[in-house]
Amino acid sequence: MSTRIFVPGDSSALSVGADEVAERIAAEATRRKLDVTIVRNGSRGLYWLEPMVEVEVKGERIAFGPVAVDDVAGLFDGKFLTGGAHQLRQGPTEEIPYLKKQQRLTFARCGITDPLSLDDYQAHGGYRGLKRGLGLAPDAIVKEVIDSGLRGRGGAGFPTGIKWRTVLATPADQKYIVCNADEGDSGTYSDRMIMEGDPFVLIEGMTIAGLAVGATEGYIYIRSEYPHAFRQMNRAIEIALEGGFLGANVMGSGRAFRLHTRLGAGAYICGEETSLLESLEGKRGQVRPKPPLPAIEGLFGKPTVINNVISLASVPIILDRGAEFYRDFGMGRSRGTLPIQLAGNIKRGGLIELAFGITLRQLIDEFGGGTASGRAFRAVQVGGPLGAYFPTSLLDTPLDYEAFAALKGMLGHGGVVVFDDSVDLAQQARFAMEFCAIESCGKCTPCRIGSTRGVEVIDRIVAGTDVDKNLTVLDDLCETMIDGSLCALGGLTPFPVLSAVKHFPEDFDRAPSRRRTRSAA
Amino acid sequence: MPNFDAWNDQTAQSLIEAHKSKPGALLPILHALQGRFGYVDAGIVPALAKALNLSRAEVHGVISFYHDFRDAPPGAHVVRLCRAEACQAMGNERLITQAKDRLGIDFHETTKDGRFTLEAVYCLGNCSCAPALMIDDKVYGRVDARRLDQLLDGAGKRS
Repeated sequence: MSTRIFVPGDSSALSVGADEVAERIAAEATRRKLDVTIVRNGSRGLYWLEPMVEVEVKGERIAFGPVAVDDVAGLFDGKFLTGGAHQLRQGPTEEIPYLKKQQRLTFARCGITDPLSLDDYQAHGGYRGLKRGLGLAPDAIVKEVIDSGLRGRGGAGFPTGIKWRTVLATPADQKYIVCNADEGDSGTYSDRMIMEGDPFVLIEGMTIAGLAVGATEGYIYIRSEYPHAFRQMNRAIEIALEGGFLGANVMGSGRAFRLHTRLGAGAYICGEETSLLESLEGKRGQVRPKPPLPAIEGLFGKPTVINNVISLASVPIILDRGAEFYRDFGMGRSRGTLPIQLAGNIKRGGLIELAFGITLRQLIDEFGGGTASGRAFRAVQVGGPLGAYFPTSLLDTPLDYEAFAALKGMLGHGGVVVFDDSVDLAQQARFAMEFCAIESCGKCTPCRIGSTRGVEVIDRIVAGTDVDKNLTVLDDLCETMIDGSLCALGGLTPFPVLSAVKHFPEDFDRAPSRRRTRSAA
Repeated sequence: MPNFDAWNDQTAQSLIEAHKSKPGALLPILHALQGRFGYVDAGIVPALAKALNLSRAEVHGVISFYHDFRDAPPGAHVVRLCRAEACQAMGNERLITQAKDRLGIDFHETTKDGRFTLEAVYCLGNCSCAPALMIDDKVYGRVDARRLDQLLDGAGKRS
């Protein structure tokens, strides 16, 4: 019997040589006349172990990693096809503590199945949610999503079901489901992982959304920095269409749902929902004033559900297992699980899906194992380039929308980027302003002009020019951006800046007289 | 992956025809043009405007809004270095300096021999294998000084 070997086809695994490892395994097996089947699965998200090769031994998967091309011959010598000993052997995958301690709901299949096999998808619980949805009235599906407590995983945290309810209640000849896959936040990749590692779950989630609100067309807007995810999504849509899960007659129900992909063009702002809609319409990605809400006048002026990849990919399990099952995870008003992406200067970076409520310290120490450089921890930025920088003293903050908001930070899309003590927070603050200046759509003045002035003010502080005065100017500028910007880009860029000033004042204390004192000390 | 065709108005026109009936067709058309030729020639703007019933100003406005679209052919290989925070935490500045020094160009520039164009990118979604870069459409992770040299050597030979 053929032994199944799993080598991820996830683009992050590919970036560290997974294709070359897969080729070498195939060549080595041929040379040794061994019967193997190589499956290109998604990633389990244990990125420090990528390329992580798994061998199926008596129905159990044994992990080896990180595997380099030159390790392959040695693995075969060590009888890895029967799970034999090797220094890269990590034991049974499911028993690796990093994975075992997680609560995988949205990512239940990612890394386990062949991403493009409908049979595999269904054998692991896929399409059960849609099947149930087909038997429910639209308002019953919407109620299920509202009751689950699911909030937008793109960053804003708005209740998903409420958006759906508005679209359902708005009569129109055409409605749309739009998936925001413009995952631009640094430190985040969960959308990419799902699209590459379990694309059918997103297709199923969008189809359910279509049933719920009466939309027959869907668009997935994928950023151009993800060419691999774009190709994978296109293949998966074709396969689902051939399999009767998309098109004019979804699962023989007589209901239609058609799905299209569109490629972004390198504009961070298009992750903002209204500029994404503009971009889908073929225009400059400029932010629209709200109201009207996209739920009432969205794509091509029609009622539109626009949700993040992870929000939509969480819907199938909610429909399958019920609202209560999902709602039972989490804390306070943050229900369900959050796929956290632990990244940056961290020993064990990866995807960690857990109920809301884990603290940053648990994440960084227990999962991450400390910094990759081995130097002391200094700062963590949560929630992407618009998220706050937190120092050691705030590491006991639980991951919860409200807890972060209370500290003038945000969970955003769940990215956690760790920095060691070589970081200069004044430079990080400057970068936040610079990034905003590069990516501003230009529609509103506080963002377009404020960001450029922000860079200049921070430059003066760093140069030691009128430091106290310029810090006051910076504070004032941030206030203007927060209160006066049209969308989250200008409105949230001050968060990393102000948090850096507040929690790391020593990095801004650049007055020449004080600098002398400091170096003397 | 690279090897773009030389600009050809007829081919461009046929790409416009192939995509123009899609809803919101302008971006798909621009991607098709840039995918074939490596850039979007300014001379095609009137034809795009006509096909989509837009003004030339609107078409130009869209092309110039997005960072991806170029108005001149790139080098044989486009190297995109991630400048975002997760890569910063892993010392991407050193890699950026190294790449700029070695190629003798800054971001958005092309080497004199036409082999490389250097671009900045803000996140490749490879944040747990930082620092990351992309050459043409392939992503590389855990890149250090030696690996960067090897990658540039390899790409240089392929062109």
